[in-house]
Amino acid sequence: MAKNTHAPLSRSQTNAGDDAPSASSTGLSVAVEKRLGDFTLKTSLEVPATGVTALFGASGSGKTSLLRLIAGLDTPDSGFIRIGQQTLVDTQHDIVMPPHQRRLGVVFQEARLFPHYKVRGNLAYGMRTSAGSRFDTIVALLGIKPLLNRFPATLSGGEARRVAIGRALLTDPHLLLMDEPLTGLDGPRKQELLRYIARLARDIDIPIVYVSHDPDELIAIADHLILLDQGRLLAHGPLDELLLRFDLTEYLGGFDAASVVTATIDEHDHPYALTQLRLEDGQCLTIPIVDKPLGTALRLRIPVRDVALALSTSEQVSYRNQLSASVEQIGLVAGNKTSVELRLRVGEQILRARLTRKSFDELKIKEGMPIVALIRSVAFDTR
Amino acid sequence: MLSDAEWQAILISLKIAGTAVGWIMVPGIALAWLMARYEFRGKALLDGVMHLPLVLPPVVVGYLLLISLGRQGFMGQWLNHWFGITLPFTWQGAAVAGGIMAFPLLVRAVRLSLEAVDVKLEAAASTLGANRWRVFFTITLPLAFPGLLTGTVLAFARALSEFGATITFASNIPGETRTLPLALYTLIQSPGKEDAAARLCAIAIMIAMLSLLTSEWLARKAKRRLRERDG
Repeated sequence: MAKNTHAPLSRSQTNAGDDAPSASSTGLSVAVEKRLGDFTLKTSLEVPATGVTALFGASGSGKTSLLRLIAGLDTPDSGFIRIGQQTLVDTQHDIVMPPHQRRLGVVFQEARLFPHYKVRGNLAYGMRTSAGSRFDTIVALLGIKPLLNRFPATLSGGEARRVAIGRALLTDPHLLLMDEPLTGLDGPRKQELLRYIARLARDIDIPIVYVSHDPDELIAIADHLILLDQGRLLAHGPLDELLLRFDLTEYLGGFDAASVVTATIDEHDHPYALTQLRLEDGQCLTIPIVDKPLGTALRLRIPVRDVALALSTSEQVSYRNQLSASVEQIGLVAGNKTSVELRLRVGEQILRARLTRKSFDELKIKEGMPIVALIRSVAFDTR
Repeated sequence: MLSDAEWQAILISLKIAGTAVGWIMVPGIALAWLMARYEFRGKALLDGVMHLPLVLPPVVVGYLLLISLGRQGFMGQWLNHWFGITLPFTWQGAAVAGGIMAFPLLVRAVRLSLEAVDVKLEAAASTLGANRWRVFFTITLPLAFPGLLTGTVLAFARALSEFGATITFASNIPGETRTLPLALYTLIQSPGKEDAAARLCAIAIMIAMLSLLTSEWLARKAKRRLRERDG
């Protein structure tokens, strides 16, 4: 059995009795061990009290098992789970709170709507009076008002997921757990639902744990990242920091790895349908026009392989986006003999780039030297 | 159109079969749920015992009832002493016999339909704050309703046609335990009552057809409702 670090007795014994509004103001802390056949989940981690935390890993990494433990659908062999001051599970003190008392909203992979209730009935099923006043807001936020009088069997996949999210939110949960809510949706539906979830994360004050195995999804939505591999915690921290780590590249997209920089909208060039962005160090980027007001902050997702390097700025290339940078760190990704990974400093921000080892040698790149980053493509999220 | 004796037989039959289904309903659903949702030691044995009335000669069931619930039987004595209840040779006794004969049919149908209910929906309900009872009554039972309906109709029909266990345990007392099958049997045994026997036979066929049609109609209604939902 694992020797878990338990908090002092007084804290562990806090129970459901003092139903804490403060519980929503502090995060989730988990230290559990659970054997499932040949697989052992053994991990301890913290989920911050705000924002979206992605629970990320390949299939079989234990992320859904962990979610089931948190939701109370399974019980750990040993360990504890706390949310704020409230203990959900503490095997040392024989505390196992049943799922219906945990006040966690769960959105499952399949929407799991009740087929014999209309959408309205599904939404009302677990609704707390404390959330009743938000019914209209949540329904509007998720765009499900026209669906209220329909039965779940008549909904599309995306609609059903939105209803499931609304149903979970209306229980006024301390935490929203989402288990790969985009599974099985086609591309456009996925983007649509992702936008709804991102808007939700911004507009409601409930921390979200978002289980996913898709790097694109998590880059688009997560603030924090918990990376699981074979039942163990591999890394955790703010997403943007973890995206910069060479050693995590193979987990976070591999060939498609990307890093994130932020910039604000500076100017629209309507004749050419372009938007000019300004980075915080004053340098500019031009991207296809973005229909947002000036001053809007954008998170730019820049694929590592779409950053080319030059030793000096040049007017002779079609790349409009050339950023002056300096080489901060040089690294390799295990198992990849072709490429070299670089971290470039652009003002206060870090940008990742990848080039072949051959080019790397020819350009004689050294840590600390100035360099020009040529950026081919940019994807962005507003949030 | 019908004679007093015929009416009496019909009403007694309906009363006994209705009571029989009524008293097995709750234990039947509970047992079906237990078997559908849990694994436990002795489950196979329990399943076997529960099915015995289906395979035993009904007279054997009647005889077992007589020695356990009869006036001198160990449970019968107890019931009589503490509650003043006497079952043998009463219509309540006939309802007990009919219920036991119908029990396996009810449990089988309900168990099958409970097993078809997605436990994931039950889990989802529990995460929405519903305790076990609420989950059962708002999710499990409504979704198992078609099976419950089928089971009830089957059990009712079985209790209605019960003969062997009833005549052994509750005898054939006019106005008390003489149900339709027993009345028919009595008529067949008496010379010169062929016409009356034929009438009763026709009535039995009509009641059977009526209950079949009713159950068919209910099933169709339930199906139509599901189709509408599938849109």
